[in-house]
Amino acid sequence: MKYCKDFIVVENETITPTLFILKLQYLETLPEIKAGQFVEIMVKGEANVFLRRPISIHDVDKDRNQISLLIQIVGKGTEELSKLKKGESLNLIFPLGNGFTIIGKKVLLVGGGCGAAPLLYLARVLKQNQIKSDILIGCRDIKQLFSKKEYESLSNLHIATEDGSCGIKGLVTSHPILDEDFDSIYCCGPTPMMKAISKLAKERNIPCYVSLEHKMACGFGVCLCCVVDTNQGNKRTCTTGPIFLSSELKDF
Amino acid sequence: MNNNTDKRLEVTIKDMVLRNPVMTASGTFGYGYDFEDFMSLDSLGGIVVKATTGSNREGNPYPRMAETSSGMLNAVGLQNKGIDYFCRSLYKKIKDINTNMVVNVSGSSIEEYVEVAQRINELENIPAIELNISCPNVKQGGMAFGTDPKMASEVVKAVRKAYDKTLIVKLSPNVTSIVEIAKAVEASGADSLSMINTLFGMAVDAEKRQPLLSTITGGLSGPAVKPVALRCVWQVAKQTKLPIIGIGGIMNATDAIEFILVGATAIEIGTANFINPSISQEIVYGLSEYLDRHNIKNISEIRGII
Repeated sequence: MKYCKDFIVVENETITPTLFILKLQYLETLPEIKAGQFVEIMVKGEANVFLRRPISIHDVDKDRNQISLLIQIVGKGTEELSKLKKGESLNLIFPLGNGFTIIGKKVLLVGGGCGAAPLLYLARVLKQNQIKSDILIGCRDIKQLFSKKEYESLSNLHIATEDGSCGIKGLVTSHPILDEDFDSIYCCGPTPMMKAISKLAKERNIPCYVSLEHKMACGFGVCLCCVVDTNQGNKRTCTTGPIFLSSELKDF
Repeated sequence: MNNNTDKRLEVTIKDMVLRNPVMTASGTFGYGYDFEDFMSLDSLGGIVVKATTGSNREGNPYPRMAETSSGMLNAVGLQNKGIDYFCRSLYKKIKDINTNMVVNVSGSSIEEYVEVAQRINELENIPAIELNISCPNVKQGGMAFGTDPKMASEVVKAVRKAYDKTLIVKLSPNVTSIVEIAKAVEASGADSLSMINTLFGMAVDAEKRQPLLSTITGGLSGPAVKPVALRCVWQVAKQTKLPIIGIGGIMNATDAIEFILVGATAIEIGTANFINPSISQEIVYGLSEYLDRHNIKNISEIRGII
Protein backbone atom coordinates (compact mmCIF):
# COMPACT_ATOMS: atom_id res chain seq x y z
CA MET A 1 0.00 0.00 0.00
CA LYS A 2 1.23 3.46 -0.95
CA TYR A 3 0.13 6.67 0.74
CA CYS A 4 -0.01 10.33 -0.25
CA LYS A 5 -0.02 12.23 3.05
CA ASP A 6 1.38 15.21 4.93
CA PHE A 7 4.27 15.04 7.40
CA ILE A 8 5.41 17.77 9.79
CA VAL A 9 9.04 18.88 9.96
CA VAL A 10 10.42 18.11 13.43
CA GLU A 11 14.00 19.10 12.70
CA ASN A 12 16.10 20.38 9.81
CA GLU A 13 19.71 19.60 10.67
CA THR A 14 22.48 21.14 8.59
CA ILE A 15 25.38 18.75 8.03
CA THR A 16 27.34 20.81 5.50
CA PRO A 17 26.31 23.84 3.42
CA THR A 18 24.93 21.42 0.82
CA LEU A 19 23.79 18.52 2.99
CA PHE A 20 20.94 18.38 5.50
CA ILE A 21 18.76 15.89 7.34
CA LEU A 22 15.01 16.41 7.59
CA LYS A 23 13.30 14.63 10.44
CA LEU A 24 9.58 14.30 9.70
CA GLN A 25 6.66 13.43 11.93
CA TYR A 26 3.81 11.31 10.57
CA LEU A 27 0.47 12.05 12.20
CA GLU A 28 -0.76 8.47 11.94
CA THR A 29 0.90 5.11 12.50
CA LEU A 30 3.65 4.57 9.96
CA PRO A 31 3.06 1.64 7.64
CA GLU A 32 5.73 -1.01 7.17
CA ILE A 33 8.76 0.61 5.51
CA LYS A 34 11.60 -1.45 4.05
CA ALA A 35 15.20 -0.28 4.08
CA GLY A 36 16.08 1.09 0.63
CA GLN A 37 12.63 2.47 -0.09
CA PHE A 38 12.09 6.13 -0.96
CA VAL A 39 9.55 8.94 -0.87
CA GLU A 40 8.40 11.50 -3.45
CA ILE A 41 8.27 14.99 -1.96
CA MET A 42 6.06 17.81 -3.19
CA VAL A 43 8.12 21.00 -3.29
CA LYS A 44 6.18 24.17 -2.57
CA GLY A 45 7.21 27.75 -3.15
CA GLU A 46 9.46 27.40 -6.20
CA ALA A 47 7.66 28.10 -9.48
CA ASN A 48 10.23 26.26 -11.59
CA VAL A 49 9.99 23.06 -9.61
CA PHE A 50 7.15 21.19 -11.25
CA LEU A 51 7.65 17.56 -10.32
CA ARG A 52 8.08 15.90 -6.93
CA ARG A 53 11.58 15.00 -5.77
CA PRO A 54 12.46 11.35 -5.08
CA ILE A 55 14.50 11.02 -1.87
CA SER A 56 15.61 7.81 -0.17
CA ILE A 57 14.63 7.09 3.41
CA HIS A 58 17.62 7.57 5.73
CA ASP A 59 16.09 6.26 8.91
CA VAL A 60 12.77 5.25 10.45
CA ASP A 61 11.74 5.62 14.09
CA LYS A 62 8.69 3.39 14.36
CA ASP A 63 8.05 4.22 18.01
CA ARG A 64 7.79 7.93 17.29
CA ASN A 65 6.29 7.54 13.77
CA GLN A 66 9.14 9.62 12.36
CA ILE A 67 11.28 9.25 9.27
CA SER A 68 14.55 10.99 8.36
CA LEU A 69 15.65 12.04 4.91
CA LEU A 70 19.24 12.91 4.08
CA ILE A 71 19.22 15.41 1.24
CA GLN A 72 21.96 16.97 -0.84
CA ILE A 73 21.28 20.32 -2.47
CA VAL A 74 21.70 19.71 -6.18
CA GLY A 75 19.16 22.09 -7.69
CA LYS A 76 16.21 24.39 -7.05
CA GLY A 77 13.97 21.66 -5.62
CA THR A 78 16.39 20.41 -3.00
CA GLU A 79 17.44 23.99 -2.23
CA GLU A 80 13.83 24.85 -1.45
CA LEU A 81 13.56 21.80 0.80
CA SER A 82 16.68 22.91 2.68
CA LYS A 83 14.81 26.05 3.80
CA LEU A 84 12.06 24.09 5.57
CA LYS A 85 11.56 24.98 9.21
CA LYS A 86 10.29 23.07 12.22
CA GLY A 87 6.49 22.88 12.17
CA GLU A 88 6.08 23.23 8.41
CA SER A 89 4.21 20.52 6.55
CA LEU A 90 5.38 18.45 3.64
CA ASN A 91 3.39 16.18 1.32
CA LEU A 92 4.93 12.78 0.62
CA ILE A 93 4.05 9.77 -1.50
CA PHE A 94 5.48 6.78 0.34
CA PRO A 95 6.81 4.18 0.78
CA LEU A 96 8.04 3.64 -2.78
CA GLY A 97 10.33 1.10 -4.44
CA ASN A 98 11.26 -2.47 -3.63
CA GLY A 99 13.76 -2.06 -0.77
CA PHE A 100 16.77 -4.23 0.01
CA THR A 101 16.47 -8.03 0.00
CA ILE A 102 18.09 -9.27 3.17
CA ILE A 103 20.23 -12.35 2.63
CA GLY A 104 23.04 -13.84 4.72
CA LYS A 105 24.46 -13.91 8.23
CA LYS A 106 27.44 -11.61 7.70
CA VAL A 107 26.99 -8.71 5.32
CA LEU A 108 28.84 -5.61 4.16
CA LEU A 109 27.29 -2.21 3.54
CA VAL A 110 29.23 0.21 1.34
CA GLY A 111 28.18 3.83 0.97
CA GLY A 112 29.70 6.79 -0.83
CA GLY A 113 28.97 10.42 0.01
CA CYS A 114 25.32 11.32 0.46
CA GLY A 115 24.50 8.15 -1.49
CA ALA A 116 25.01 6.28 1.77
CA ALA A 117 21.64 7.66 2.94
CA PRO A 118 19.56 4.43 2.87
CA LEU A 119 22.26 2.39 4.62
CA LEU A 120 21.52 3.71 8.11
CA TYR A 121 18.03 2.25 8.17
CA LEU A 122 19.36 -0.92 6.53
CA ALA A 123 21.92 -1.27 9.34
CA ARG A 124 19.09 -0.83 11.85
CA VAL A 125 16.96 -3.52 10.20
CA LEU A 126 19.94 -5.88 9.99
CA LYS A 127 20.63 -5.44 13.70
CA GLN A 128 16.97 -6.09 14.52
CA ASN A 129 17.31 -9.33 12.54
CA GLN A 130 20.53 -10.24 14.38
CA ILE A 131 22.58 -10.14 11.21
CA LYS A 132 26.20 -9.12 11.68
CA SER A 133 27.12 -6.18 9.49
CA ASP A 134 30.13 -4.08 8.66
CA ILE A 135 29.59 -0.69 7.12
CA LEU A 136 32.16 1.09 5.00
CA ILE A 137 31.55 4.75 4.32
CA GLY A 138 33.58 6.76 1.85
CA CYS A 139 33.52 10.53 1.61
CA ARG A 140 35.68 13.49 0.67
CA ASP A 141 36.58 14.54 4.22
CA ILE A 142 35.41 14.25 7.82
CA LYS A 143 33.02 17.19 7.41
CA GLN A 144 30.94 15.21 4.91
CA LEU A 145 30.49 12.33 7.34
CA PHE A 146 27.00 12.10 8.82
CA SER A 147 25.14 9.93 11.33
CA LYS A 148 28.47 8.49 12.59
CA LYS A 149 27.22 7.69 16.10
CA GLU A 150 24.14 5.95 14.77
CA TYR A 151 26.22 3.82 12.41
CA GLU A 152 28.55 2.89 15.26
CA SER A 153 25.67 1.79 17.45
CA LEU A 154 24.26 -0.50 14.75
CA SER A 155 27.24 -1.87 12.88
CA ASN A 156 31.06 -2.00 12.73
CA LEU A 157 31.92 1.30 11.08
CA HIS A 158 34.85 1.65 8.68
CA ILE A 159 35.71 4.93 7.02
CA ALA A 160 37.69 6.02 4.00
CA THR A 161 38.21 9.72 3.26
CA GLU A 162 39.87 11.17 0.22
CA ASP A 163 42.03 13.51 2.32
CA GLY A 164 42.65 11.08 5.17
CA SER A 165 40.90 13.29 7.73
CA CYS A 166 39.06 10.23 9.07
CA GLY A 167 39.67 6.50 8.63
CA ILE A 168 42.00 5.38 5.87
CA LYS A 169 43.11 7.82 3.19
CA GLY A 170 41.75 6.89 -0.23
CA LEU A 171 38.67 5.50 -1.90
CA VAL A 172 36.40 2.85 -0.38
CA THR A 173 37.73 0.35 -2.93
CA SER A 174 41.15 0.44 -1.24
CA HIS A 175 39.80 -0.37 2.25
CA PRO A 176 41.09 -3.68 3.77
CA ILE A 177 37.61 -4.63 5.06
CA LEU A 178 36.83 -5.56 1.45
CA ASP A 179 39.29 -8.47 1.76
CA GLU A 180 37.04 -10.20 4.30
CA ASP A 181 34.39 -12.72 3.37
CA PHE A 182 30.72 -11.67 3.24
CA ASP A 183 27.46 -13.39 2.32
CA SER A 184 26.17 -10.30 0.54
CA ILE A 185 27.08 -6.69 -0.17
CA TYR A 186 24.74 -3.69 -0.15
CA CYS A 187 26.01 -0.67 -2.00
CA CYS A 188 24.78 2.85 -2.52
CA GLY A 189 26.67 5.85 -3.81
CA PRO A 190 28.18 7.33 -6.96
CA THR A 191 27.83 5.03 -10.00
CA PRO A 192 31.60 4.51 -10.55
CA MET A 193 31.92 3.39 -6.92
CA MET A 194 28.96 1.01 -7.20
CA LYS A 195 30.41 -0.43 -10.41
CA ALA A 196 33.80 -0.98 -8.77
CA ILE A 197 32.25 -2.70 -5.75
CA SER A 198 30.00 -4.80 -8.01
CA LYS A 199 33.01 -5.94 -10.02
CA LEU A 200 34.82 -6.97 -6.88
CA ALA A 201 31.73 -8.83 -5.61
CA LYS A 202 31.32 -10.59 -8.93
CA GLU A 203 34.92 -11.81 -8.85
CA ARG A 204 34.25 -13.37 -5.47
CA ASN A 205 30.80 -14.62 -6.29
CA ILE A 206 29.10 -12.51 -3.63
CA PRO A 207 25.61 -11.15 -4.42
CA CYS A 208 25.83 -7.37 -4.58
CA TYR A 209 22.75 -5.16 -4.27
CA VAL A 210 23.02 -1.62 -5.60
CA SER A 211 20.62 1.29 -5.15
CA LEU A 212 20.08 3.31 -8.32
CA GLU A 213 19.13 6.93 -8.63
CA HIS A 214 17.35 7.83 -11.85
CA LYS A 215 15.32 10.84 -12.89
CA MET A 216 11.64 10.03 -12.54
CA ALA A 217 8.39 11.93 -12.98
CA CYS A 218 6.02 9.89 -10.78
CA GLY A 219 7.93 7.44 -8.58
CA PHE A 220 5.17 4.81 -8.54
CA GLY A 221 5.49 3.06 -11.88
CA VAL A 222 3.32 4.88 -14.38
CA CYS A 223 5.47 7.43 -16.24
CA LEU A 224 8.07 4.90 -17.46
CA CYS A 225 10.75 7.62 -17.44
CA CYS A 226 13.22 6.09 -14.97
CA VAL A 227 14.04 2.86 -16.80
CA VAL A 228 17.32 1.01 -16.48
CA ASP A 229 18.69 -1.50 -18.98
CA THR A 230 18.59 -4.97 -17.39
CA ASN A 231 19.08 -8.53 -18.62
CA GLN A 232 15.28 -8.64 -18.99
CA GLY A 233 15.05 -5.36 -20.94
CA ASN A 234 14.07 -1.92 -19.66
CA LYS A 235 12.84 -2.02 -16.07
CA ARG A 236 11.48 0.83 -13.97
CA THR A 237 13.91 2.04 -11.30
CA CYS A 238 10.99 3.20 -9.16
CA THR A 239 9.07 -0.08 -8.90
CA THR A 240 11.35 -2.93 -9.98
CA GLY A 241 14.11 -1.02 -8.13
CA PRO A 242 15.64 1.18 -6.89
CA ILE A 243 17.53 -1.82 -5.47
CA PHE A 244 18.87 -4.21 -8.10
CA LEU A 245 21.17 -7.18 -7.94
CA SER A 246 24.17 -5.80 -9.83
CA SER A 247 24.36 -8.95 -11.96
CA GLU A 248 20.90 -8.07 -13.39
CA LEU A 249 22.10 -4.74 -14.77
CA LYS A 250 23.52 -4.44 -18.26
CA ASP A 251 25.91 -1.60 -17.38
CA PHE A 252 27.35 -3.21 -14.27
CA MET B 1 -22.34 14.57 -2.41
CA ASN B 2 -21.32 11.28 -3.92
CA ASN B 3 -19.96 12.20 -7.33
CA ASN B 4 -20.80 8.76 -8.58
CA THR B 5 -24.37 9.94 -8.61
CA ASP B 6 -24.08 13.59 -9.68
CA LYS B 7 -26.20 13.20 -12.82
CA ARG B 8 -25.41 16.78 -13.86
CA LEU B 9 -21.95 15.63 -14.87
CA GLU B 10 -22.94 12.73 -17.11
CA VAL B 11 -21.78 12.99 -20.74
CA THR B 12 -21.75 10.66 -23.74
CA ILE B 13 -19.17 10.11 -26.43
CA LYS B 14 -20.89 8.21 -29.23
CA ASP B 15 -22.05 5.01 -27.47
CA MET B 16 -19.94 5.47 -24.38
CA VAL B 17 -21.68 6.93 -21.35
CA LEU B 18 -19.36 8.66 -18.90
CA ARG B 19 -20.60 9.31 -15.36
CA ASN B 20 -18.61 12.54 -15.55
CA PRO B 21 -16.27 14.18 -18.08
CA VAL B 22 -13.09 13.33 -16.19
CA MET B 23 -10.83 10.77 -17.84
CA THR B 24 -7.14 10.10 -17.41
CA ALA B 25 -4.62 10.36 -20.23
CA SER B 26 -2.71 7.47 -21.72
CA GLY B 27 0.82 7.04 -20.40
CA THR B 28 0.11 8.92 -17.18
CA PHE B 29 -2.19 6.46 -15.41
CA GLY B 30 -0.63 3.06 -16.04
CA TYR B 31 -3.42 0.50 -16.31
CA GLY B 32 -5.63 2.18 -13.75
CA TYR B 33 -5.02 -0.21 -10.88
CA ASP B 34 -1.68 1.54 -10.24
CA PHE B 35 -3.78 4.32 -8.67
CA GLU B 36 -6.04 2.19 -6.48
CA ASP B 37 -4.08 3.10 -3.34
CA PHE B 38 -4.76 6.78 -3.90
CA MET B 39 -8.37 7.08 -5.08
CA SER B 40 -11.59 5.32 -6.13
CA LEU B 41 -11.27 4.46 -9.79
CA ASP B 42 -15.05 4.29 -10.10
CA SER B 43 -15.24 8.02 -9.42
CA LEU B 44 -13.88 8.64 -12.93
CA GLY B 45 -15.63 8.96 -16.26
CA GLY B 46 -12.99 6.86 -17.94
CA ILE B 47 -9.40 5.70 -17.94
CA VAL B 48 -7.20 5.59 -21.04
CA VAL B 49 -4.54 2.96 -20.46
CA LYS B 50 -0.98 3.00 -21.76
CA ALA B 51 -0.42 2.84 -25.54
CA THR B 52 -0.54 -0.69 -26.92
CA THR B 53 1.26 -1.74 -30.10
CA GLY B 54 1.36 -4.91 -32.20
CA SER B 55 4.40 -6.34 -30.47
CA ASN B 56 6.66 -5.70 -27.49
CA ARG B 57 8.46 -2.34 -27.56
CA GLU B 58 11.37 -1.54 -25.26
CA GLY B 59 10.98 2.20 -25.78
CA ASN B 60 13.85 4.69 -25.86
CA PRO B 61 17.04 4.61 -23.77
CA TYR B 62 17.35 6.54 -20.49
CA PRO B 63 17.22 9.54 -19.94
CA ARG B 64 13.64 9.85 -21.11
CA MET B 65 12.44 12.80 -19.06
CA ALA B 66 13.40 16.40 -18.42
CA GLU B 67 11.62 18.84 -16.15
CA THR B 68 10.95 22.20 -17.80
CA SER B 69 9.24 25.43 -16.76
CA SER B 70 5.68 24.49 -15.81
CA GLY B 71 5.96 21.13 -17.48
CA MET B 72 8.07 18.20 -18.53
CA LEU B 73 9.42 16.58 -21.65
CA ASN B 74 9.20 12.85 -22.14
CA ALA B 75 10.63 10.49 -24.70
CA VAL B 76 9.36 7.15 -23.41
CA GLY B 77 8.77 5.84 -26.94
CA LEU B 78 5.64 3.71 -26.44
CA GLN B 79 7.24 1.12 -24.16
CA ASN B 80 4.69 -1.70 -23.78
CA LYS B 81 4.52 -5.47 -23.99
CA GLY B 82 2.34 -5.65 -27.09
CA ILE B 83 -1.25 -6.64 -27.85
CA ASP B 84 -0.84 -10.37 -27.10
CA TYR B 85 0.32 -9.66 -23.58
CA PHE B 86 -2.43 -7.07 -23.20
CA CYS B 87 -5.18 -9.54 -24.19
CA ARG B 88 -3.68 -12.44 -22.25
CA SER B 89 -2.67 -10.75 -19.02
CA LEU B 90 -3.51 -7.05 -18.60
CA TYR B 91 -7.10 -7.27 -19.81
CA LYS B 92 -7.99 -9.64 -16.95
CA LYS B 93 -6.65 -7.15 -14.44
CA ILE B 94 -8.59 -4.18 -15.81
CA LYS B 95 -11.81 -5.59 -17.21
CA ASP B 96 -13.74 -5.30 -13.95
CA ILE B 97 -12.68 -1.77 -13.08
CA ASN B 98 -15.97 0.08 -12.83
CA THR B 99 -15.40 2.84 -15.37
CA ASN B 100 -14.87 3.13 -19.13
CA MET B 101 -11.55 1.44 -19.81
CA VAL B 102 -10.23 2.84 -23.07
CA VAL B 103 -7.11 1.51 -24.79
CA ASN B 104 -4.71 3.81 -26.57
CA VAL B 105 -3.70 2.09 -29.82
CA SER B 106 -0.47 2.85 -31.61
CA GLY B 107 1.65 1.43 -34.38
CA SER B 108 4.28 1.95 -37.04
CA SER B 109 2.11 0.94 -39.99
CA ILE B 110 -1.57 0.95 -40.93
CA GLU B 111 -1.55 -2.86 -40.67
CA GLU B 112 -0.28 -2.68 -37.10
CA TYR B 113 -2.98 -0.17 -36.06
CA VAL B 114 -5.63 -2.36 -37.66
CA GLU B 115 -4.35 -5.55 -36.04
CA VAL B 116 -4.36 -4.02 -32.54
CA ALA B 117 -7.78 -2.41 -33.06
CA GLN B 118 -9.24 -5.73 -34.29
CA ARG B 119 -7.95 -7.60 -31.27
CA ILE B 120 -9.35 -5.00 -28.88
CA ASN B 121 -12.68 -5.04 -30.70
CA GLU B 122 -13.15 -8.56 -29.35
CA LEU B 123 -12.67 -7.52 -25.73
CA GLU B 124 -16.09 -7.06 -24.20
CA ASN B 125 -15.19 -4.61 -21.45
CA ILE B 126 -13.27 -2.14 -23.60
CA PRO B 127 -15.92 0.28 -24.91
CA ALA B 128 -13.56 2.46 -26.95
CA ILE B 129 -10.09 2.88 -28.35
CA GLU B 130 -8.07 6.05 -28.65
CA LEU B 131 -6.10 5.92 -31.87
CA ASN B 132 -2.71 7.46 -31.21
CA ILE B 133 -1.62 9.10 -34.45
CA SER B 134 0.33 11.74 -32.60
CA CYS B 135 3.18 10.25 -30.55
CA PRO B 136 6.30 12.37 -31.18
CA ASN B 137 8.70 9.83 -29.68
CA VAL B 138 8.88 7.03 -32.21
CA LYS B 139 10.95 6.96 -35.38
CA GLN B 140 8.33 5.32 -37.55
CA GLY B 141 4.61 5.93 -37.49
CA GLY B 142 3.11 7.77 -34.54
CA MET B 143 3.07 11.46 -35.29
CA ALA B 144 3.76 10.89 -39.00
CA PHE B 145 0.16 9.66 -39.33
CA GLY B 146 -1.23 12.61 -37.44
CA THR B 147 0.52 15.43 -39.23
CA ASP B 148 -0.59 14.62 -42.77
CA PRO B 149 -4.35 14.74 -43.55
CA LYS B 150 -4.07 11.99 -46.18
CA MET B 151 -2.21 9.58 -43.95
CA ALA B 152 -4.49 10.40 -41.02
CA SER B 153 -7.48 9.68 -43.21
CA GLU B 154 -6.06 6.36 -44.45
CA VAL B 155 -5.28 4.99 -41.00
CA VAL B 156 -8.63 6.08 -39.56
CA LYS B 157 -10.55 4.55 -42.51
CA ALA B 158 -8.67 1.27 -42.18
CA VAL B 159 -9.23 1.07 -38.42
CA ARG B 160 -12.88 2.08 -38.80
CA LYS B 161 -13.48 -0.99 -40.99
CA ALA B 162 -11.96 -3.25 -38.35
CA TYR B 163 -13.43 -1.64 -35.24
CA ASP B 164 -17.14 -1.36 -34.34
CA LYS B 165 -17.14 0.44 -31.03
CA THR B 166 -16.37 4.06 -30.13
CA LEU B 167 -13.34 5.27 -32.07
CA ILE B 168 -11.53 8.24 -30.57
CA VAL B 169 -8.61 9.71 -32.53
CA LYS B 170 -5.88 11.54 -30.61
CA LEU B 171 -4.54 14.53 -32.52
CA SER B 172 -1.13 16.15 -32.58
CA PRO B 173 -0.70 19.90 -32.05
CA ASN B 174 2.48 19.80 -34.14
CA VAL B 175 0.74 20.85 -37.34
CA THR B 176 0.04 24.07 -39.20
CA SER B 177 -3.72 23.48 -39.21
CA ILE B 178 -5.20 21.10 -36.66
CA VAL B 179 -8.64 21.83 -38.16
CA GLU B 180 -7.55 20.33 -41.47
CA ILE B 181 -6.45 17.09 -39.76
CA ALA B 182 -9.58 17.02 -37.60
CA LYS B 183 -11.84 17.36 -40.64
CA ALA B 184 -9.98 14.58 -42.47
CA VAL B 185 -10.34 12.30 -39.44
CA GLU B 186 -14.03 13.18 -39.06
CA ALA B 187 -14.71 12.40 -42.70
CA SER B 188 -12.94 9.04 -42.31
CA GLY B 189 -15.26 7.70 -39.66
CA ALA B 190 -13.93 8.76 -36.27
CA ASP B 191 -16.49 9.08 -33.46
CA SER B 192 -14.55 11.51 -31.30
CA LEU B 193 -11.33 13.51 -31.16
CA SER B 194 -9.00 13.77 -28.22
CA MET B 195 -6.53 16.62 -28.23
CA ILE B 196 -3.78 17.48 -27.75
CA ASN B 197 -0.92 15.01 -27.59
CA THR B 198 2.41 16.48 -26.45
CA LEU B 199 4.17 19.36 -28.16
CA PHE B 200 7.38 18.45 -29.95
CA GLY B 201 10.22 20.02 -27.97
CA MET B 202 13.71 19.73 -26.53
CA ALA B 203 15.75 20.71 -23.50
CA VAL B 204 19.47 21.39 -23.17
CA ASP B 205 21.95 21.17 -20.30
CA ALA B 206 24.11 24.26 -20.76
CA GLU B 207 26.77 23.13 -18.26
CA LYS B 208 27.26 19.72 -19.83
CA ARG B 209 26.58 21.15 -23.30
CA GLN B 210 24.32 18.31 -24.29
CA PRO B 211 20.61 17.54 -24.72
CA LEU B 212 18.75 16.33 -21.64
CA LEU B 213 16.98 13.50 -23.48
CA SER B 214 18.66 10.47 -25.05
CA THR B 215 16.54 11.07 -28.15
CA ILE B 216 17.38 14.82 -28.16
CA THR B 217 13.72 15.71 -28.79
CA GLY B 218 10.61 14.73 -26.86
CA GLY B 219 7.04 15.63 -26.04
CA LEU B 220 6.18 18.58 -23.81
CA SER B 221 3.27 18.28 -21.38
CA GLY B 222 1.98 20.04 -18.29
CA PRO B 223 0.54 23.52 -17.68
CA ALA B 224 3.00 25.00 -20.19
CA VAL B 225 0.93 23.54 -23.05
CA LYS B 226 -2.54 24.44 -21.78
CA PRO B 227 -2.98 27.64 -23.84
CA VAL B 228 -2.05 25.75 -27.01
CA ALA B 229 -4.46 22.93 -26.13
CA LEU B 230 -7.33 25.34 -25.41
CA ARG B 231 -6.77 27.06 -28.74
CA CYS B 232 -6.78 23.71 -30.58
CA VAL B 233 -9.98 22.51 -28.91
CA TRP B 234 -11.69 25.86 -29.53
CA GLN B 235 -10.73 25.87 -33.24
CA VAL B 236 -11.77 22.27 -33.86
CA ALA B 237 -14.99 22.51 -31.83
CA LYS B 238 -16.11 25.36 -34.08
CA GLN B 239 -15.44 23.43 -37.28
CA THR B 240 -16.34 19.79 -36.66
CA LYS B 241 -19.35 18.04 -35.12
CA LEU B 242 -17.46 15.36 -33.23
CA PRO B 243 -17.36 15.28 -29.43
CA ILE B 244 -13.95 16.43 -28.24
CA ILE B 245 -11.92 15.21 -25.29
CA GLY B 246 -9.70 18.10 -24.16
CA ILE B 247 -6.19 17.32 -22.96
CA GLY B 248 -3.26 19.52 -22.05
CA GLY B 249 -1.96 20.76 -18.73
CA ILE B 250 -5.14 20.32 -16.71
CA MET B 251 -4.11 20.63 -13.06
CA ASN B 252 -7.44 21.45 -11.37
CA ALA B 253 -11.21 21.71 -11.92
CA THR B 254 -10.96 25.29 -13.18
CA ASP B 255 -8.64 24.15 -15.97
CA ALA B 256 -11.12 21.40 -16.83
CA ILE B 257 -14.00 23.89 -16.97
CA GLU B 258 -11.97 26.06 -19.36
CA PHE B 259 -11.75 23.15 -21.81
CA ILE B 260 -15.50 22.53 -21.55
CA LEU B 261 -16.19 26.23 -22.16
CA VAL B 262 -14.23 26.11 -25.43
CA GLY B 263 -16.10 23.04 -26.60
CA ALA B 264 -14.79 19.86 -24.97
CA THR B 265 -17.32 17.19 -23.98
CA ALA B 266 -14.85 15.42 -21.71
CA ILE B 267 -11.28 16.00 -20.56
CA GLU B 268 -8.23 13.87 -19.80
CA ILE B 269 -5.87 14.51 -16.90
CA GLY B 270 -2.26 13.71 -17.77
CA THR B 271 0.92 14.99 -16.19
CA ALA B 272 -0.93 16.15 -13.05
CA ASN B 273 -1.36 12.47 -12.09
CA PHE B 274 2.39 12.25 -11.47
CA ILE B 275 2.34 15.08 -8.97
CA ASN B 276 -0.93 14.40 -7.19
CA PRO B 277 -2.08 10.82 -7.74
CA SER B 278 -5.63 11.58 -6.51
CA ILE B 279 -6.04 14.74 -8.62
CA SER B 280 -8.49 13.21 -11.11
CA GLN B 281 -10.96 12.35 -8.36
CA GLU B 282 -10.48 15.80 -6.80
CA ILE B 283 -11.30 17.37 -10.17
CA VAL B 284 -14.59 15.44 -10.30
CA TYR B 285 -15.54 16.98 -6.94
CA GLY B 286 -14.39 20.37 -8.21
CA LEU B 287 -16.68 20.16 -11.23
CA SER B 288 -19.72 19.49 -9.02
CA GLU B 289 -18.72 22.38 -6.82
CA TYR B 290 -18.43 24.66 -9.88
CA LEU B 291 -21.94 23.68 -11.03
CA ASP B 292 -23.29 24.35 -7.52
CA ARG B 293 -21.59 27.72 -7.34
CA HIS B 294 -22.90 28.84 -10.73
CA ASN B 295 -26.29 27.20 -10.38
CA ILE B 296 -25.84 25.09 -13.52
CA LYS B 297 -28.26 22.19 -13.98
CA ASN B 298 -26.17 20.22 -16.45
CA ILE B 299 -22.57 20.52 -17.54
CA SER B 300 -23.69 20.57 -21.19
CA GLU B 301 -25.14 24.05 -20.57
CA ILE B 302 -21.67 25.56 -20.62
CA ARG B 303 -20.12 23.38 -23.31
CA GLY B 304 -18.68 25.43 -26.16
CA ILE B 305 -20.20 28.74 -25.09
CA ILE B 306 -16.94 30.51 -25.93
